[in-house]
Amino acid sequence: MAEIKNYSLNLGPQHPAAHGVLRLVLELDGEVVQRADPHIGLLHRGTEKLAEHKTFLQSLPYMDRLDYVSMMCNEHAYCLAIEKLLGIEVPLRAQYIRVMFSEITRLLNHLMWLGSHGNDCGSSTILIYTFREREDLFDMYEAVSGARMHAAYFRPGGVYRDLPDSMPQHQESRIRSAKAVQERNANRQGSLLDFIEDFTRRFPGYVDEYETLLTDNRIWKQRTVGIGVVTPERALNLGMTGPMLRGSGIAWDLRKTQPYEVYDRVDFDIPLGKTGDCYDRYLVRVQEMRESNRIIKQCVDWLRANPGPVITDNHKVAPPARDRMKFGMEDLIHHFKLFSEGFHVPEGEAYAAVEHPKGEFGIYLVSDGANKPYRMKIRAPGFAHLATMDEMARGHMLADVIAIIGTMDIVFGEIDR
Amino acid sequence: MTSVAIRPEELRDHIAQALGALARSVTLARGEVTVVVAADQYLQAMQLLRDAPTCRFEQLIDLCGLDYSAYADRVNEGPRYAVVSHLLSVSLNQRVRVRVFCPQDDMPVVASVTGLWASAAWFEREAFDLFGIVFEGHNDLRRILTDYGFIGHPFRKDFPLSGHVEMRYDADQRRVMYEPVSIEPREITPRIIREENYGGLH
Repeated sequence: MAEIKNYSLNLGPQHPAAHGVLRLVLELDGEVVQRADPHIGLLHRGTEKLAEHKTFLQSLPYMDRLDYVSMMCNEHAYCLAIEKLLGIEVPLRAQYIRVMFSEITRLLNHLMWLGSHGNDCGSSTILIYTFREREDLFDMYEAVSGARMHAAYFRPGGVYRDLPDSMPQHQESRIRSAKAVQERNANRQGSLLDFIEDFTRRFPGYVDEYETLLTDNRIWKQRTVGIGVVTPERALNLGMTGPMLRGSGIAWDLRKTQPYEVYDRVDFDIPLGKTGDCYDRYLVRVQEMRESNRIIKQCVDWLRANPGPVITDNHKVAPPARDRMKFGMEDLIHHFKLFSEGFHVPEGEAYAAVEHPKGEFGIYLVSDGANKPYRMKIRAPGFAHLATMDEMARGHMLADVIAIIGTMDIVFGEIDR
Repeated sequence: MTSVAIRPEELRDHIAQALGALARSVTLARGEVTVVVAADQYLQAMQLLRDAPTCRFEQLIDLCGLDYSAYADRVNEGPRYAVVSHLLSVSLNQRVRVRVFCPQDDMPVVASVTGLWASAAWFEREAFDLFGIVFEGHNDLRRILTDYGFIGHPFRKDFPLSGHVEMRYDADQRRVMYEPVSIEPREITPRIIREENYGGLH
């Protein structure tokens, strides 16, 4: 009989299941993984170094491009860190808008994750389903910021502008008749809040559809149950956060334990896993989508009843209204100074973390009093999660590695920074 | 704004008590506790922070390098490199920041905490890659983010933003070529530190 030796397999960086540019060097014994060595950095853009050479406001759009499937949550942590250093208060309405859009972002992220993870594990249908709903969520992004993805909507001191009173409409075209367009525009007749509320009514039904497809599906269970089990102790030691930690049964969610913005005013539950395998993490994330939907609904109700300012009136940090700039000398100066020199942040350091859809996303800012950060460190949840690849994949079959990559919900924009 | 369940003053006292003489300073600013420890007592202090009953920091959330050589545009008298870690206690719901300065500027070395927290492995690789800080006791200290065969440590303050080399594909030689950068470094918005109370802000 021929002697069988271990051999190395190079997975990625050009592989559809590598979720971007993951190069994974696997040492295999037959089909069993002996060692997994992820090579990262193929998407390294030096965001932190670039931020040292840009004013605080100029770096904000870079945040969208970190974890490019949950854009506003990245901005959120960045804004919180700056606000902590500046010591400014954010208007309550802006806090509600931020919470609402953070949860919309969570839906966006989890839908993307569910679709691609399902697709990796053999169900292409789920990908089509989740992308259908993502389209509506992108429309919300677009209505409020003008951009479908890279919104740059959260600003230090609040949000860029108030919620619009009307929704953009679909237009008639050669491939879509007037009647079809009318149907598609049916829920876009009112304001953005009406559109979001309509979505929150429809969404639980959609989640039921996903669960019908997957939760009791035999193939899905065979691919995920008992795969990549992490004990609670190891999960803590490995630096896991978010759904990865909750999948192992640790009730830790920054929105509950260290509430920021208005998370202590909204009602929601934290789903927990039991065994810490891929299936439990799937259940946790699906339930999280339902909880996010609840939070969005509560925010919509509050925002309807409470108009008010959406950005701080401290014009040393946030620009004055555009029309006032045309008449007031003071406002013109503020505008000019803000967009040329930028605001100065007092000397000191701050760490602000948010419960990002993937885990704890933190920004550590060191300022020496200049108009640019002295050092910015981005604590990306995916970075810590991908580091556990070796421990999670060891002893599993090659096909399970794909399920483990999927369950980590990794996005290279934030890992490579 | 992030608020922590336990009162930060209490946390500061607990940490100061637990660490005793191991901590050079324990300060509280903006509701965040920062501990500075000496490099030779770093590992011991970290072990205490993880295991002491009033600390119980089970998670190393973040670890990063810092280069103080251009801080506030002053000539830096103290040590140049520091390693800053953020710890989180899930059981007691508290956070702490630990800073340790590397004693030597030309060869920055600190102990590795991979034995205490497995999550430190990649964070330390990153700090090694970007700042050239060597972590003693780390068993796999390779570059992580930069290219294979990269020279230098890009996040040091004396490393230019544009880097030293640029890459292109040469169709004649049919391979990727590295050449010195051709672009001029430029700064559109200058970096300014204003005097105290400039413009009535803060």
